[in-house]
Amino acid sequence: MNRRGFLKRASLAGAAAIATPAAAAEPQAPAARAAAPGTPIMSAAAESATPPEADVLTVDRTGSDFMVDVLKSIGLDYICANPGSSFRGIHESVINYGGNQHPELITCCHEESSVAMGHGYAKVEGKPFGVFAHGTVGLQHAAMAIYNAWCDRVPVYVMLGNQLDATLRRPGAEWSHSVQDAAAMVRDFSKWDDTPMSLPHFAESAVRAYKIAMTPPMAPVVLVLNAELQEAPLGADARLAIPKLTIPSPPEGDSRAVAEAARLLVAAEHPVIVADRVARTPAAMAHLIELAETLQAGVITQGGRMNFPTRHPLNLSQARAIADADLVLALEVSDLWGVLNTFRDQLHRSTRALTRPGTKVISITTGDLYVKANYQDFQRFADVDLAIAADAEATLPALVEAVRRATTGDRKRVFESRGAKIAEASRAALDRARLEASYAWDASPVSTARLCAELWGQIRNEEWALVNGTAGWAQRLWNFEKPYQWIGGSGGAGVGYGAPAAVGAALAHKSHGRLAVNIQADGDLMYAPGVLWTAAHHRIPLLSVMHNNRAYHQELMHVQKMCNRHSRGIDRGRIGSELVDPFIDYAKVAQGLGLHAEGPITDPNEVGPAIARAMASVKRGEPALVDVVCQPR
Amino acid sequence: MRTVLFSASAALVLAIAVHAQPPSSPQPPAAAPAGDADKGKTLFVKNGCYQCHNYEGHGGAAGARIAPNPPPFRGFVNYVRAPRGDMPPYTVKVMSEQDLADVYAYLRGRPRPRDVSSLPLLAR
Repeated sequence: MNRRGFLKRASLAGAAAIATPAAAAEPQAPAARAAAPGTPIMSAAAESATPPEADVLTVDRTGSDFMVDVLKSIGLDYICANPGSSFRGIHESVINYGGNQHPELITCCHEESSVAMGHGYAKVEGKPFGVFAHGTVGLQHAAMAIYNAWCDRVPVYVMLGNQLDATLRRPGAEWSHSVQDAAAMVRDFSKWDDTPMSLPHFAESAVRAYKIAMTPPMAPVVLVLNAELQEAPLGADARLAIPKLTIPSPPEGDSRAVAEAARLLVAAEHPVIVADRVARTPAAMAHLIELAETLQAGVITQGGRMNFPTRHPLNLSQARAIADADLVLALEVSDLWGVLNTFRDQLHRSTRALTRPGTKVISITTGDLYVKANYQDFQRFADVDLAIAADAEATLPALVEAVRRATTGDRKRVFESRGAKIAEASRAALDRARLEASYAWDASPVSTARLCAELWGQIRNEEWALVNGTAGWAQRLWNFEKPYQWIGGSGGAGVGYGAPAAVGAALAHKSHGRLAVNIQADGDLMYAPGVLWTAAHHRIPLLSVMHNNRAYHQELMHVQKMCNRHSRGIDRGRIGSELVDPFIDYAKVAQGLGLHAEGPITDPNEVGPAIARAMASVKRGEPALVDVVCQPR
Repeated sequence: MRTVLFSASAALVLAIAVHAQPPSSPQPPAAAPAGDADKGKTLFVKNGCYQCHNYEGHGGAAGARIAPNPPPFRGFVNYVRAPRGDMPPYTVKVMSEQDLADVYAYLRGRPRPRDVSSLPLLAR
């Protein structure tokens, strides 16, 4: 019997059949078929009815079991989900048939948390995990987090439940939860989607989706899992194959273009390397160090990934070196125009080039390989002299070799002299940061520099990784030197990314025994604070220290700018942006969700001891939170 | 707190030159009028100056350090009225000359920073 017949007969048979062993199947009695609504489950009629002939109510294997086989084959270790009936079939298959291991189901309180956790996880682990969501209400919750992952070029593997066949939908909510084309809503900001119509189709599309998601430029993918396909019995004689997964090698720059880039770099007097989303793997940092040291060129890191050690002598991120450059090498820079120009946001908007006339620009980015039209995350068009459409990390080794081949003895001496000057500028930038951090050291609310210094004092001897936060002061004061110590930001600036991405990244760091540290913004946490419960429930160790400025502060500044522009009501600029009256007690919120938590702390001298106590909980394998009331920025 | 920062250009707010000043004793600008530091503190918060420069005027990701050594008063006023960067302009209608003098007094009264070498947490 196919599933359609199975469901039809089950509904007609009503409750009478529930207690009927399938093995004792006999022709179904008309009385049972006609059971009126409201008939007691064990009515006399039902008890006396002859069991239906073929009304099979249990089955050993279903389509979703095979789906789990496929998900195991591609290596999904976790699936985050807020439960939903449209994927109940595969939910049950994961936890029972699959043994709830590889993938393990992670209980989430919001689909946005599920996806953002996957976003943070992928940037640490280098591969996606899965997300289950309703194709309608779940995806609508998840959409912003998918957009962030899209903008950040991070793979997330989203699977949506849906019931395509209208005649099989349960009355009521299942109709509200069904959709003709579930993935349409996020098609503009996902890389690929499909709605498989058979299990072989699912297997091919599941493997294809993973392959596409993991090929640079990486991005979220979406599979729609029809409920019928999940729940249909799988015959014992079913012959289903799982296609072989082979991840394509990332695109490397054309050899002639790479040689030309090397020639320009070697000839330049003041080359500057700007690195944004370069590091896909831990190997990238070593390649970039090699390039910078070979050229003795300064490196500006945009913060999109952990590309370059913060205290490397060639790190010029704090020295605003772009103005001195005669050549800029832009590696996976998401907003190259913004690197090369400044934009004045006044009544009459104006722009100014930050580079001097004649500065040449080389770009290496997968952004030139793939772009969509509707959402404008591709940023303003930048003038480039040599554009290499390729993955920067994959291209770096060839570029280093090409630079070595092109370097003469004379140029090497120039490089050494240049490197000494850059090292001095880098040292001066660190000294300047230490001096600036000393201002307002004893202030209350606590300065953001003091917050970061206190946190650094507690973690510096641990195997730490900063998984979220406004990394400004951390990157100025901390010694980031290992590839896993920073993962970048949200990508799309969709607020609400921070807390769940931190939990997802901490889940990845857990298996490596690292201390995951989160500088948590207050407004961000309020989007979906339930993710703290997820961390507590699944014993995900994460140290969260709050930068609590009691406002959506960026927006507050924008509103004030409008108040100033109109010379009216500047004192009312806070309306609509502040999180006051009442103040939110984040420690109590976190405690209620199962965390060790302290705060609100306003005395800077209490910050360090509170972090130390929280770290003790984290070292026991639990999440903890310290709420610190801070200066605005 | 929003995680998105103003662009680098936005950071070029008031008194860029202040960054270069060492934390030595302040030189009272000759033309600085008398101001009430307590009133200045209230105005500094009420008019949103703290949003970029923080409550102590020590600067941050979106605004330069303007305390405890603000630039000379006349340059300070001129910049506030017609900023060259992203800082929003403050007209006389919003902040009078006396208001700015009060804010100026507040900024000059902010504590000197401690010697960096006395702060172990800022050690290299």
